[in-house]
Amino acid sequence: MNKKILFTLPLLITLVLFGYFFWALTKPGRDPKILPSVLIDKPAPEFNLTALENLGVPGFSRTDLTTNGKISVVNIFASWCVPCLAEHPDMVKLGKRDDINLYGINYRDKPDDALNWLNRNGNPYHRVGRDPKSRTGIEWGVYGVPETFIVDATGTIRYKHVGPLNPGDLENKILPIIDNLQAQK
Amino acid sequence: MRGLLLFTAVLFLFTVNSDPVQAFEPDEVLDDPALEARAREISKEVRCLVCQNEPIDSSNADLAKELRIVVRERLVAGDSDDDVKSYLSDRYGDFVLFRPPFNTATFLLWFGPLLVFGIGGIGLIFFYRGNKNLKLANPLSPEEETRLNQLLDENEKTKSSNSGETS
Repeated sequence: MNKKILFTLPLLITLVLFGYFFWALTKPGRDPKILPSVLIDKPAPEFNLTALENLGVPGFSRTDLTTNGKISVVNIFASWCVPCLAEHPDMVKLGKRDDINLYGINYRDKPDDALNWLNRNGNPYHRVGRDPKSRTGIEWGVYGVPETFIVDATGTIRYKHVGPLNPGDLENKILPIIDNLQAQK
Repeated sequence: MRGLLLFTAVLFLFTVNSDPVQAFEPDEVLDDPALEARAREISKEVRCLVCQNEPIDSSNADLAKELRIVVRERLVAGDSDDDVKSYLSDRYGDFVLFRPPFNTATFLLWFGPLLVFGIGGIGLIFFYRGNKNLKLANPLSPEEETRLNQLLDENEKTKSSNSGETS
């Protein structure tokens, strides 16, 4: 009897493993395209981005994340990026708040295209920096646009969202994290 | 027939001459051939984050191109191969490297197969040892031994008496 149990052990282990694989592959919200960021809870990288000319807001650098004691939302966007347009209304909502910084990094874009895009859709950003060759993007570990980072007042990256903010993401993910960080201050 | 032969010959020529896909562009190539060779080797082991199962060496994505340039810049600046790789994995995580590094998170990945093999081996040893122990664990008591000998003797006797009768 004892031995029979022993014989079924390999089968049992296999079944448990298969069950785990199945669960891991099908669990809701799993997206192999989304990588965990290694930069969470690390200081934001050094960078210095020039302004987009004629837009009327300045560019920004690493120091602008820490100077005014506000939490910063850093959004990577581009005029050629269709999902950026989809999340644009959420950026407008964030841009209306004056208790946070909303900074935009214009990723691999032509200045004219970026300017037209922002003029057409409205510029929600308090500052916009140009990153034509994605060098700053690489420093931030950006591999797709849009991406949204939440940086606390000390310049530490606290959250990263890859891809557009889908309906509900702003209310359920971004805002609670901002509120949480505000409360910690 | 000759045409077919020629056709195969030409086809063969193409297979021999065709290098693996090369996406790197001439303007990226470094002047120093030794550095360039190192850059190519590193690029083959760095994952393009946009087209995830392709190394940046053969990817056409903009990000891959930029990463190839970054790799070369780091090399020119005097970084070792490992420095370049950790520069990238500091920003993009271990996922950016096709060859996962050895650390606490990847311990099971490297040693899992060995571990399973070991468990199987131990299982086998126990299985065979268990069989042996089963015999040794239940030796015959002296009474059983005499009884067994008795029975065997009787058996022998009946056999020989039987054979005596028939012959």
